[in-house]
Amino acid sequence: MAGPLKKEKAGVVDEGIDVGISRLSEAKIQSVINGVIESETGARLKTYVETCIHCGLCSEACHYYLSHDKDPHYSPVGKVKQTIWEMLRKKGRVSPEFIRRAAIIAHTECNLCKRCTQYCPFGIDITYLMSVVRRIIHKLGVTPLYIQDTAHSHSVTMNQMWVKGDEWPDTLQWQEEEARVEIPDLRIPMEKEGADIMYSVIAPEPKFQAQLIYQAAIIMQVAGVNWTMPASVGWDNSDMAMFTGDNEIMGRLKRSHFETAARLKVKKIVMGECGHAFRSVYDMGNRWLGWSMPPFTIVHAIEFYHDLIKEGRIKIAKKYRPPITLHDPCNVVRGGGLHEKARYVAHALCENVIEMHPNREHNYCCCAGGGVINTGPPFKMTRIEGNRVKAEQLFVAKTKGAEVLVAPCHNCHSGLHDIVHHYEIGLDIKFFGDIIYEVMEKPAQAGP
Amino acid sequence: MVDSRSWDWDTSEKKIPLDSWKAEYQWVEEPYVSPDGEKIAAVVNVDEGEFTVCVNGRAWGETVFDKIWHLRFSPDGRLTALVSEMGEWTMAVNGKAWENKFGYIWEPRFNANGTSIAAAVQQDMQYAMVLNGQPWKQTYANMTFFALSPDGRHTAGAVQVESVDSGEIHKFQEGSFTAALDGKPWDARFVNVWNLAISPEGGHLAAEVRLNLYDYTIAVDGVPWDAHYATVWEPVFNPISGTVVAPVREKGMWGLAENGNILWDRRFFQLWHQMFSPDGSRLAAIVAPSYGRWTVAVDGVPWSATFTKLVTDAVFSPDGQRIAALAKDAETFRVVVDGSPWSGTWDMAWKPVFSPDGKDVAAKVEKKGQYTYAVNDRVWSTSCDAAWDPIFSPEGTHLMLRTIEAGSYVRRIVPVSEIAA
Ligand code: SF4
Ligand code: SF4
Ligand code: SF4
Repeated sequence: MAGPLKKEKAGVVDEGIDVGISRLSEAKIQSVINGVIESETGARLKTYVETCIHCGLCSEACHYYLSHDKDPHYSPVGKVKQTIWEMLRKKGRVSPEFIRRAAIIAHTECNLCKRCTQYCPFGIDITYLMSVVRRIIHKLGVTPLYIQDTAHSHSVTMNQMWVKGDEWPDTLQWQEEEARVEIPDLRIPMEKEGADIMYSVIAPEPKFQAQLIYQAAIIMQVAGVNWTMPASVGWDNSDMAMFTGDNEIMGRLKRSHFETAARLKVKKIVMGECGHAFRSVYDMGNRWLGWSMPPFTIVHAIEFYHDLIKEGRIKIAKKYRPPITLHDPCNVVRGGGLHEKARYVAHALCENVIEMHPNREHNYCCCAGGGVINTGPPFKMTRIEGNRVKAEQLFVAKTKGAEVLVAPCHNCHSGLHDIVHHYEIGLDIKFFGDIIYEVMEKPAQAGP
Repeated sequence: MVDSRSWDWDTSEKKIPLDSWKAEYQWVEEPYVSPDGEKIAAVVNVDEGEFTVCVNGRAWGETVFDKIWHLRFSPDGRLTALVSEMGEWTMAVNGKAWENKFGYIWEPRFNANGTSIAAAVQQDMQYAMVLNGQPWKQTYANMTFFALSPDGRHTAGAVQVESVDSGEIHKFQEGSFTAALDGKPWDARFVNVWNLAISPEGGHLAAEVRLNLYDYTIAVDGVPWDAHYATVWEPVFNPISGTVVAPVREKGMWGLAENGNILWDRRFFQLWHQMFSPDGSRLAAIVAPSYGRWTVAVDGVPWSATFTKLVTDAVFSPDGQRIAALAKDAETFRVVVDGSPWSGTWDMAWKPVFSPDGKDVAAKVEKKGQYTYAVNDRVWSTSCDAAWDPIFSPEGTHLMLRTIEAGSYVRRIVPVSEIAA
């Protein structure tokens, strides 16, 4: 692990990191590191560190490592060595420059995708170790600017995109009105207490992709779902605070989401096509609040569509013609086991599904996840260069005839878009919802 | 509270057929029922982009609106909704729109006896509260959490008072938020302000505040408590003494603090929704005494029965002697009274209601889409397509049950003994 990085990054400038570093002293660093390790980590950290035999079996799992010609700096264990191990070994006595590098590694060179954990003979959870580093980075005030700004948005508005209180219900009403051109009695029922389902989305939907809400409303209406969306805070299920190590804000967001469901007296929460939000609602946020399992059944869009199609509640008028390939989002596949349901949906909707390899729980991450895409433009190339293997994987699928890439996760969607564009692969990227909307039977077409 | 003595407690059954509504309008949205049970209302579509509210079969006024949402009866029986006409929004009460119009209006709320209606409003991208039609004089670039005082005379909001552009993270961390009572902001600046509470007599305002990215506390009238915490939850005022109590997190565990001093000895994995008995002498909260187990703690002592999924809707009896709540295990809800869960399990249950003397407890419950009522763990014999919360008569001898059965709205007065036995 000696030697410098093969290709040292041309000094990335990130105001969040740079200003944060300029305010640090070694004493502060030491007290924060030791404070987090002593009071917030327990047997788990100790066990992982003591168990790891430095065998490097995890390396082959990581798309960053593979994409950088097996540069050990990018191996999972290499990232651990460059960050938390050194902090432990030196009892927190590390320099501000060390912290800068640790912030960049933990925030932009690991997607917390858990692929490596599957390869480690001891099941060591590298994402936990990287999350501890991010917690330290948060406490030191060195989090990259873009994702820190997003965490601030969460703290103010309880959503990811600074969407104001009036803008949310207003957007739903606007989409409802648009959709009434297609289905005159369509509703997006807001604040309907006692509905079966609360549908929650991430804030980029009302902000930039309102057509996704439109499509969801059409699907709900046609399927005859008794659903509602809240008009208060708690509608957004996203959570970048989880990825900045700001657990207190994470807990606040999830409380707001769950209590909104409790207030609306729904039985289930159905979430849009987003991976990280699923992790936050189904795993991280609920646990921080003291729930071993979420207080409500959480249904990811993949599973929801699966059930609607299987139960015949939506019918396919004509299958989708262009051959598709399917990206398995880590958070709902490794984290939620939804890969077979995703295939059921894909085959039900599309004439031709071309698998990429590896797939299912072994799929390569998109390199956007874990908050990496949320670190913004300064680290865009880190993501793209860090996932050459994904480009190769996509290129093979394309060669086999795939024209459309289905990515049932928002972050994957955006991350894959950058990869497809940069490596000039030429694939259209869609959500399942886009395809369902296109191929489903709608009232005008239904029946004679 | 609303005085229910003038309501009709003698007529055992009144019916309003609903089927004709569907024929008369393009579509009929979910209905709402008045507290006295005499009126049932729903937003209805008259024609493309034309809405009204149908009340007991009749339109609620002359005006047809472009949009109507959030139809609700106030506790004193006025029918309110958020309405839009020519691109402007306001509140309509019994079919009559407030004179003041806004760019948008949302999150309406009532005080307990229904004398006041407040909401958040936006006009020209500036934000304020509106109380009974009158907006604050001051407006703000953003407003995020809202409150109406128990007496209905004061409103408050968490407001942004320094402009911070997106991406200005360090400026944001210096503090750009404060709280405003009746439009007047505190002098202090905070990174965040959440969950406001106004004192019973209306003069004081408390809120959760974040001092920097890491230190949280409660501020009262703009002055933060000396003690800081890893985080905090919503403050409440003691209705009698006026002290402020809030859940606080320290060393990974939750406790309860009063004016900055720890109140209960015990620590919990979670603690929230603390509430005082009406006379202020007892304090209860929803807690997790161990990881993944939920219950109610009364004056610091948790019930021995715990539940895995959720405990919610806790309520004191009027005399403060008893507590009822809802508990969820797996997918089923139960009513729990003073720590003893009822035997009946439901797909959903609604906040339990105590009789005036606290002896009887009733709740609306639902299983497989059919609604009914449970009283003292006995189930009413009728199952319904919809139902509203049960209401005890002033003497506590009867219950008003408001339901929908076979296409009609039914208002019944039933002796408590008929169900509770
Ligand atoms: S990016 Fe994924 S595979 Fe690579 S180290 Fe992080 S969690 Fe492991
Ligand atoms: S595979 Fe496991 S034991 Fe081997 S280096 Fe990686 S983390 Fe350590
Ligand atoms: S963005 Fe998508 S693939 Fe990427 S980490 Fe999330 S779920 Fe995984």
